[in-house]
Amino acid sequence: MILAVDPLLVDGIDLAVVLIVLLKAGVAFAMLLVSAMLVIWFERKLISDMQNRIGPAMAGPWGILQTLADGIKLFFKEDLLPARADRVVFRLAPYLSLVPAFVAFAIVPVGGDFTGGGDGTVSMFGRSTFLQVADPPVGVLFFLALSSIAVYGVMLAGWSSGSKYPLLGSVRASAQMISYEAALGLAIATVFLTSGSLSTHEIVVGQSATTWNVLATGIVPFWIFLIAGTAELNRPPFDLVEAEQELVGGFHTEYSSMRFALFFLSEFMNMITMSAIAVTLFLGGPAGPIVTQRLAWVWPLFWFFLKVMAFLFTFVWLRATLPRLRYDQLMDLGWKVLIPTALGWFLLIATLDIARDLGWPTVPVVVIGVLVLWGGAALLSSAVRKARAERLEDAEADRDERAGTPAGHGEA
Amino acid sequence: MEVAVFTLGAVIVLSGGLGVLLARNPVHAALFLVQTLFGVAVLFVLLEATFLAAVQVMVYAGAIVILFLFVIMLLGVDRAEDLGIEPIVGQRPMAAVVGVSLAGLLATVLLVAVDGLTGARGGTPLGDAGDNTRRLGEALFTDMVFAVELTAILLTVAVVGAVALARRLNGPMQPLPVVAIAEADDQPEDVDDDPAEATGDGS
Repeated sequence: MILAVDPLLVDGIDLAVVLIVLLKAGVAFAMLLVSAMLVIWFERKLISDMQNRIGPAMAGPWGILQTLADGIKLFFKEDLLPARADRVVFRLAPYLSLVPAFVAFAIVPVGGDFTGGGDGTVSMFGRSTFLQVADPPVGVLFFLALSSIAVYGVMLAGWSSGSKYPLLGSVRASAQMISYEAALGLAIATVFLTSGSLSTHEIVVGQSATTWNVLATGIVPFWIFLIAGTAELNRPPFDLVEAEQELVGGFHTEYSSMRFALFFLSEFMNMITMSAIAVTLFLGGPAGPIVTQRLAWVWPLFWFFLKVMAFLFTFVWLRATLPRLRYDQLMDLGWKVLIPTALGWFLLIATLDIARDLGWPTVPVVVIGVLVLWGGAALLSSAVRKARAERLEDAEADRDERAGTPAGHGEA
Repeated sequence: MEVAVFTLGAVIVLSGGLGVLLARNPVHAALFLVQTLFGVAVLFVLLEATFLAAVQVMVYAGAIVILFLFVIMLLGVDRAEDLGIEPIVGQRPMAAVVGVSLAGLLATVLLVAVDGLTGARGGTPLGDAGDNTRRLGEALFTDMVFAVELTAILLTVAVVGAVALARRLNGPMQPLPVVAIAEADDQPEDVDDDPAEATGDGS
């Protein structure tokens, strides 16, 4: 394996290198903050269009400054601390939500020429470097680690509020995020298999040399990533964490002012980061044709932006279209559909990889692999059906036993 | 540089460890545990074991402590405990004895080890930082494949055991603790009697 090391860091570290790294981090930070603001506006405007109404229109042209106005308003509101709250944890929780959202973006390559065998280096103040803040050797695992840290923000916010609706919201959230993280991880593992590397930069380079991973892994992992990613973000239709009809406002019910704004911001930043990671893993990152030779460095940035926008649009579209899932449907989808499918597909891709190494013919291997998967799926679904039938029987017996008394305890 | 990072990591680990011991609230103790685990991850990075560091955060901080917190929140034991009660008689003197002997053991190891310290690197490094995922994978699935498979079987047994323990035998359904809390205040029509829907076992 050729080790992916940012050429900037190879020849020792001097002041210029430190400054360039700081500049990249600062630009990424500012860009993410501003784009989160714009995405909030984008979502409100788009959803208004889909619902045939105008949406924010007063602050700035097309209401584009609405988020800024809301932010300023929130900033001047009273900062409430509930009497029964756990003070330290209550203050800590918004930051635990915000920091992973920021930091995870550091590993995303946002630009650089990857066409024609290019390795995406750009020249910056006479030094060549990658257009990403960091390229750690563990790459995408870093993203997974941070997304598991993000659970703490939601969980502790709900618990520390000292109030039962936020607690219920946070318990739901942590169960949901842990469940879908497994499917997310397995979908990403398929990308590791096809790319042969964990580093985001290597994954993008690999995709520009062959095909994009969305095709190379056979679309299924991409779908699973998209669904599990939506659930991981607690976006509709998986927003049980803040189901208004059931939980008031969910885990952040007791939050007001800037602390609430931090949660809001981190939610949208997570959305951007998840889209960017999806683009990096499956859609070739900033890869795309360089159309003009003048300002050639703009094109990769443009393609990256376009692909991310497609994902953001999809997230908003899902919210406008789909009703929220019930909790048991959510768990069923995660554990009984997505995780087995992701695992099965992972095994299939691994089998194909080994078959290629050993020189076995592809077609029989695929046919046998699909048949085995089919058998596994049949076994699993028959087990699920049996369990469901037994539960039904139990409940019937239960109901007969309590005949005459009003409705018994549900488990939901 | 190495010393500075090590000192930072050690301070994080030790202060987290002390916090786990001294915090009166179980949730705070769990958070200090997360801090300790992070410190260990920093030390792993220092040792160029980047894969271990990422897995440390993902598995320990991301899954295990989350489950601790989950249980603490669901069982409602998130209050400072009354330390006047001794659940098992003789537990505390025994704990003191075990603790002191463990400390003695560690001190002995340290004293013996200091004699042989030269400051030179121990074995040869396993390759570059970026390479250690590959090396680890190769080692696990060639030399140590037997141990890996045994661990896999152990985990499977644990899962089956957990399912067997959690399985409801015949008899009326007992409400889960969280339902009991919710029901005390919720409207009764919230309670869903359709058994086909009553599958939220994990909640």
